[in-house]
Amino acid sequence: MIIAIASGKGGTGKTTVAVNMALSLENVQLLDCDVEEPNSYILLQPTINEINQVCTQTPMISEELCDYCGKCSKFCAYNALFVASKTIMVFPELCHSCGGCKIVCPKNAITDKERPIGIIKKGKAKDVEIVYGELNVGEAMAIPLIKAVKNQIKSDKTVIIDAPPGTACSLVVSVHKTDYCILVTEPTPFGLHDLKISVQVLKDLNVPMGVVINRAGFGDRKVYQYCEKENIPLLMEIPFDKKIAKLYSRGVPFVTEMPEWKKNFQNIWEKIQR
Amino acid sequence: MEKEFPKYLGKDTAVKRMVKEITVLSGKGGTGKTSLTASFMALSHTSVVSDCDVDAPDLHMLLKPEVLEKHEFKASRVAEIDETLCIHCKKCEELCQFGAIAEEKVDPILCEGCGVCEYICPVAAVELTKRVSGNAFISKTPYGPMSHALLNPGAENSGKLVAFVRQNAKKVAEKENCELIINDGPPGIGCPVIASLGGVDLGLIVTEPTLSGIHDMERALGLLNHFKIPGLVCVNKFDINEENTTKIIDFCGSNGVKVVGKIPFDPIFTEAMVAGKPVVEFAPKGDVSKAIKEIWARTQTYLFAI
Repeated sequence: MIIAIASGKGGTGKTTVAVNMALSLENVQLLDCDVEEPNSYILLQPTINEINQVCTQTPMISEELCDYCGKCSKFCAYNALFVASKTIMVFPELCHSCGGCKIVCPKNAITDKERPIGIIKKGKAKDVEIVYGELNVGEAMAIPLIKAVKNQIKSDKTVIIDAPPGTACSLVVSVHKTDYCILVTEPTPFGLHDLKISVQVLKDLNVPMGVVINRAGFGDRKVYQYCEKENIPLLMEIPFDKKIAKLYSRGVPFVTEMPEWKKNFQNIWEKIQR
Repeated sequence: MEKEFPKYLGKDTAVKRMVKEITVLSGKGGTGKTSLTASFMALSHTSVVSDCDVDAPDLHMLLKPEVLEKHEFKASRVAEIDETLCIHCKKCEELCQFGAIAEEKVDPILCEGCGVCEYICPVAAVELTKRVSGNAFISKTPYGPMSHALLNPGAENSGKLVAFVRQNAKKVAEKENCELIINDGPPGIGCPVIASLGGVDLGLIVTEPTLSGIHDMERALGLLNHFKIPGLVCVNKFDINEENTTKIIDFCGSNGVKVVGKIPFDPIFTEAMVAGKPVVEFAPKGDVSKAIKEIWARTQTYLFAI
């Protein structure tokens, strides 16, 4: 079973839920798909046993063969190629690796060139296997790296995916083809607003969902009313607790100091399976 | 609005900039970017504000904009296969690098609109159509003009929409003679964040004293450095872990980054949010507002000295 943890708004507690849940269940593989700012490894402190570079394919032009006909740049939907008289330029940071330029080139002047965009690290912390991506600083293309992290899914394990914030394409790629999504929110107007957009994304993707409310006791009751009205199950509440906040600030998953919480995460898991 | 935006990464050096521009960013989400941006806007009298978090925008809930203009944003295309024409050759399926075609059907979620399938189809059964990725708005708020947008749920091209929002802000700033544009940035360091930073004069990083906050701040500083944008740091919720706050200040000190202030943890932020007001207006006399005013004064001093 593959469960994604997402939120819309950043900083609501996705990583907290993902890591504490991973430590409460057995046979878990945790994938951190927030490749821009991966944080789960900070809490888990895994021993890393494998590091791989992830590259995308970008066009390389043979100046000998190219006759500057401009078909490639006309075709490219992402403006990654520019052709003027006797000049051709590639903007690799805009390339989506669709391969179209290679297909349309009448002179076979285009070949693939690998461009590194980030790395994937694999490791183990206690019994949890962890895989996370780290996007190179300055790199815009997160999607291919998220896909590369998801390619590491081991289907015989309980897979927990820590998704990136937001509701755009990187969320879609992270939760695509998962069996269930836990949306972590906080009971504030910002939390509710972004939750609503995320719910829409999940509905479009046909992924079943439930909500965890973090920092309960703050803000207002509108998130509760919304979940009830939309018939979205409330899986758990994590109260605002200075002890939990302090532990998080030190990078300590709270179930290790408050083990009584493990059964709450196990309960969620059971609820989801039903 | 069907204009394509060819390159949103580049710095526009041809035109000498008159209007200053600052982006509030954080790396990690939920550190307080939007609450601070709203307060800065309330403290400023000659600024335009833009919400560059186009897929989870929250700033409008504090600034209550009245929409003056709405523009449809179409930047991407999606393929569709006409079943009545398809001869099941599967060429499109083989060549699609996004795995978006299966059993003669296009998955619009995976399709990136490259056009390879349309080009390769021997019987012209594939057509690419423009899709609306979201809407952009130009509005007025009690504190000045606002440029913002809303990406459709799950849509692509958030970076291009951010570039569009910033372009709109610039136009408004010139028309209204504003001297500053304040951008509320998205979390992360990828495409939309890069789009919110290209060519700005200053980045203000809002961090928190947690290990994640520090890690993400370091990556955000790396990003500013990569694009040669000067950066400032402020620490929100500094008293959650004062030891970590000291670490942040030391780290910034040894890397030549100025820390412009620290804000205590206070539920007043959430109360202001529930009331739908910038915190400096909701509780103007409190410690939080005092700290924000100091941060804004120092940031402006720095910004207009560049």
